[in-house]
Amino acid sequence: MSLQALAEVIKERLGTLAKEVRIAKGHVEIVTEGGRLTEAARALKEMGFDHVKSVTAVDYPKEGKIRVTYHVSSYLKEDLSKYIVGLSVDVPRDNPIVETLVPLWNSAEFFEREVFEFFGVHFKGHPDLRPLLLIPELAEKRVLRKDFVVREEGIYEGVPHEYK
Amino acid sequence: MSISEGTIGELRAKGVEVKRLEREYYEIFIGPQHPGSGHMRIIVRLDGDIIVDADPDIGYVHRTMEKLSEGREWIKVTPLVERMTIIDACNVTLPYINAVEKLMDKRPSTRASYLRVLLCEINRIASHLYGFGIFGVFLGHSTAYMWGFGDREVFLELAEILTGTRLTYTYHIPGGVRRDMPQDFPQMARRAVRYMRNRMAEYEKIFLNNPVIVSRLRDVGVISKTRAAELGIVGPTLRGSGVRYDVRLNEPYEVYSELDFEVPVFEEGDALARTLVRMEEIKQSLNIIEQAVDWLEKHRDEPVIAKEDYEKLPKLHKELYEKTGRVKLLPTQISMKVPPGKAVARAEAGRGEIFYYVESDGGVMPYRVRVVTPSARNVIVFKKVVPGHRLMDLPAIYGSIDYFPPEADR
Amino acid sequence: MGAGVGCPREGKVYAGNLNVAAKRAREILYGKLKLGEVVDWATTFSLWPVHLMTSCCGAEFAATWSPRFDAEQYGALPWISPRQTNFIIIEGTVTRKMACALRVTYEQMVHPKFVIAMGACALDGGLFYNSYNVVKPWEVVPVDIYIAGCPPPPEALAKAILDLRKKIREKKMASRWLTEGWREDREYLVPKEDVCRWWRP
Repeated sequence: MSLQALAEVIKERLGTLAKEVRIAKGHVEIVTEGGRLTEAARALKEMGFDHVKSVTAVDYPKEGKIRVTYHVSSYLKEDLSKYIVGLSVDVPRDNPIVETLVPLWNSAEFFEREVFEFFGVHFKGHPDLRPLLLIPELAEKRVLRKDFVVREEGIYEGVPHEYK
Repeated sequence: MSISEGTIGELRAKGVEVKRLEREYYEIFIGPQHPGSGHMRIIVRLDGDIIVDADPDIGYVHRTMEKLSEGREWIKVTPLVERMTIIDACNVTLPYINAVEKLMDKRPSTRASYLRVLLCEINRIASHLYGFGIFGVFLGHSTAYMWGFGDREVFLELAEILTGTRLTYTYHIPGGVRRDMPQDFPQMARRAVRYMRNRMAEYEKIFLNNPVIVSRLRDVGVISKTRAAELGIVGPTLRGSGVRYDVRLNEPYEVYSELDFEVPVFEEGDALARTLVRMEEIKQSLNIIEQAVDWLEKHRDEPVIAKEDYEKLPKLHKELYEKTGRVKLLPTQISMKVPPGKAVARAEAGRGEIFYYVESDGGVMPYRVRVVTPSARNVIVFKKVVPGHRLMDLPAIYGSIDYFPPEADR
Repeated sequence: MGAGVGCPREGKVYAGNLNVAAKRAREILYGKLKLGEVVDWATTFSLWPVHLMTSCCGAEFAATWSPRFDAEQYGALPWISPRQTNFIIIEGTVTRKMACALRVTYEQMVHPKFVIAMGACALDGGLFYNSYNVVKPWEVVPVDIYIAGCPPPPEALAKAILDLRKKIREKKMASRWLTEGWREDREYLVPKEDVCRWWRP
């Protein structure tokens, strides 16, 4: 099965659940709407996509949205294991809420926690939504959003006065 | 002796206050300072000796690579991301470069592809031997540590001859590699391969067939095939559970489709199977090194960067390349712009599949680099597989999945 | 007993050579060597680093004790418990989460204790300069020796251990610690409440 054929199969299977199915470099990209994410994910799981490779979030401040993408693939079906499918959903930046997919894909648990702490995306129904990597103080700052600017350290900061 | 519900009712009727005692669990904190490969904390709740709940607390080595890479030029991201798995630096930077090449529609020359594969396999062996040594420390088997780290130096030496440094190579550039193979490299590589083949038999004698080790590893941390797919674990941990999945096989990148190698798969799914997968993989990597070196020895005329790039080089750079085999980067390559788009790429690193999502907005810096490393995907084993085992099995499971914290935390 | 236990030939100094040990002891007892000097001399041969890996330089730290480089010959052996060690090697970057662990581990060690900061990240952030999650180790614990490199090769770490030995003997670091107590230049730069604010016990 080629990438085009897979995109056709997915388009047929998802029907109106997907707003858009297109082929990007090396993977199939599906864009869906907020309320239909769980159904689309269930349809993909029934096709044989059994694990999540990554939950990726990208911040677009100009358009006022965050795109959350579940990159999924298959281990047990050999013809699907060659491909990666990205299931995306757009959420508004000021109130980002996505329904969790952990009940469907257990492997998404830690990645959703990661997106929660880096982007502040709230996953409704997640069993254990806590910061994973950062200390609580930093996790509140949504560090991977584009408007968080890293503090520029002075080159001579911390050097005694006479060297300046 | 437990009191029946009836008796409690009678006591309550008499006005006696009866409370059920909650079962007490013992909570211990393992790490972040602990023997073995440090950097992480596991909060374990124990009922007697049995683990009822394990909560991995990671992030002790989170160095914000995804954020920092948004503020660097495309080519300068490579040295940044290779620090997350310093012992496997070639494998983890390759998919990033592949993703950038996909965005730029560039193909590396075949010679460069072979050189990449050669370094990747040298690195894989070094990485497995590192994991093997650390596993020895976990199990209190100091000989395994000494042997693993001693033999790892052979392959680090090879990498040093090839690239000029022990660990952080920054070898790949879009469209090729930075350095050609020295003239006498094939003989050295063959000697190293011969040496390692002989050593493998001794490893089996002292470690893998050692009754103490076998009794500590067999039937410990068993993950079934469907469970492995559900948890989304990767690498030798996955192949030890009977899933035949290797990116080199399923979606061949570089020249892996032209090489002859096997992917070892074990059905048992326990800690011993995972260790055996890694040891078998070393043997396969030795085969690949031999094939790559043979090919490289025969085809010496091709440059190590893409042909169109080579023709663009100024005369001075061409002379330098012909004399020393080194490719000097042009200033235009450093501040290059990448066409807008999104690309994903993956590769099979020593610990498993590594995944990159790279997005460009057409500028001189990436818009977003997302990397998911094998260890980050294997963390879930601590939470889902460890409960139910005895406390002393935890080091065996930790070591057998070859968890490397800087890789998981990025 | 001729040349001493386990000594195959006469006239050579081996560990366990009774004649040499007796001579040494006599020097000490007769006041030819001050007790402080003995403390410094002895400390240099038992620098045991604690097994705390802060970052990826830990790969080279592990390689330093491997058969090829064999840092055990300098009397240094990585040990598990901070209570039985007197020496800490900061392997590269220290993140905000790790800073607390580093401080706690350092405080648990016995006096006199020493610190080697390894790698460019431990100097000034290195490659991760300007990152939001990285702290400078010298703000957390007082550092004695810095090693440059990213990562420094095992030889550099071995050299740093030798340098530390030299420094301890020249500056009488161990004995001064015992006689003068907590030295002024060894104050912490950042108080513990700031380092460990997030700590969830």
